[in-house]
Amino acid sequence: MEGNVKLITDDGLRLDGRSSNEIRPIKIQTGVIEKADGSAYIEWGANKIVVAVYVREAYPKHAQNMDRAIVKARYNMAGFSVEERKRPGPDRRTMEISKVISEALSSAIILEKLPRAEVDVFIEVLEADAGTRIASITASSVAIADAGVPMRDLVVGCTAGKAGGKMVLDLSKDEDNYGEADIPMAILPRTGKVVLLQIDGDVSPEEFDEATLMITNAMKDISKIQRDALMKKYSIQDGE
Amino acid sequence: MDSNAVISEIKKGFILESLKNGKRLDGRSMSDYREIKITENYVPKASGSAMVELGKTKVVAGIKIEEGTPFPDSPDNGVMALNIELLPMAFPTFESGPPSEQAVEFSRVVDRGIRESKVIDTSKLVIESGVKVWMIFVDIDILNYDGNIIDACTLAAVSALRNAVVPASKLGKEDFKLPVNSVPVAVTMAKIGDELVCDPDLQEEQVSNGRITITMSEDNHIHAMQKGDVGEFSLEEIRKAIKTSCDTGSKLRKELFKVD
Repeated sequence: MEGNVKLITDDGLRLDGRSSNEIRPIKIQTGVIEKADGSAYIEWGANKIVVAVYVREAYPKHAQNMDRAIVKARYNMAGFSVEERKRPGPDRRTMEISKVISEALSSAIILEKLPRAEVDVFIEVLEADAGTRIASITASSVAIADAGVPMRDLVVGCTAGKAGGKMVLDLSKDEDNYGEADIPMAILPRTGKVVLLQIDGDVSPEEFDEATLMITNAMKDISKIQRDALMKKYSIQDGE
Repeated sequence: MDSNAVISEIKKGFILESLKNGKRLDGRSMSDYREIKITENYVPKASGSAMVELGKTKVVAGIKIEEGTPFPDSPDNGVMALNIELLPMAFPTFESGPPSEQAVEFSRVVDRGIRESKVIDTSKLVIESGVKVWMIFVDIDILNYDGNIIDACTLAAVSALRNAVVPASKLGKEDFKLPVNSVPVAVTMAKIGDELVCDPDLQEEQVSNGRITITMSEDNHIHAMQKGDVGEFSLEEIRKAIKTSCDTGSKLRKELFKVD
């Protein structure tokens, strides 16, 4: 099937008209779930994801960490979020994604400031269109900040990949399905440290370097969108 | 009471201090693997099998090949499914019941490495297009856990696939060797202090800050990569890890499988 889909047009553009290093439009809004300690909603291309954060004493007691918090992300897809109905409940894919997101967020949160606590991050994918794990992690760090949890940095996620023989940024659904490789990555922008990285497909070490360069360049823009979303809620406007 | 699951601060300090002086407790260099022993055809009842001992880590991979229906979106491809069981006998904190997040992650990383390296040409496993195909089930039991499950399981799965036979005689045809195209090798490194050490044993995993696995096949391309556990890697460290995986992986492939 792979050979039948032409992912890069003759003028070098992608099927949705983007250039190789262009990300889809991103919108983030905070404070969308009233009951939660913190929350965020992200639209990344056609992806629509809601994240709610609750901070509480870890339960059961024996699961508590005496000197730091534990982070539990639960990535969940709504039945209607994909082409064919997704059966509710965790499957192997969502379990793995929940795990890598929890681990990535753990590096951003100053865990020692919250001994014995548990930071629950509930991620609900309402509509999925490739790149949900990195959109989720981008929104999650905004929601965690919204909850007032002390953080080192806001985690920024983005994917790069190989489609139609070319390295491209922020894979679309078609590029994800028919492309040669998918590289989701999450970074702490202040230090440039990588906290989430997965690859599947076929990339040479040189192509991997190209991918990381694309992602690092895009990081600043995404980071700004995150900060703006928080500022919009928390800054005091002139005249107030 | 078994104290395997916890490591003392004194021991932890000792391991970190030794590594600063370029020494691992068992005398290996940073890129050395523990002794690897592969016993092929360990379970003759299976369609293919192998036991792998990686130091004290012991795993058995067994393959069963059965007839089944193809996925509707790929009518002309056979199916492969891979699963790792972290048996309760293997380690004090492993429990019976549904697979843990850890087990699922391990399974999926090993699966991706094998799938994306195109080890099996699934188009050669069609019995009747859209109706009947061969399904390859790779089940891996962890019998004893002393670190680095991913590499041990990838070695075991690849060895077992290489000696697997498709039981076509059930359908009145002739049995044939499962067509195997490539030999992926997973190389896992633990980040301990500022060092990346290959094939971490249990103690090294317990003191590490992050793990990274890179699976490459003969083309020296990356087919699967996974950063695991809580920890951070710089891009420089990742590039170094890719280089190590390339060198060490090629060496292992040559030694263990006699393939360049």
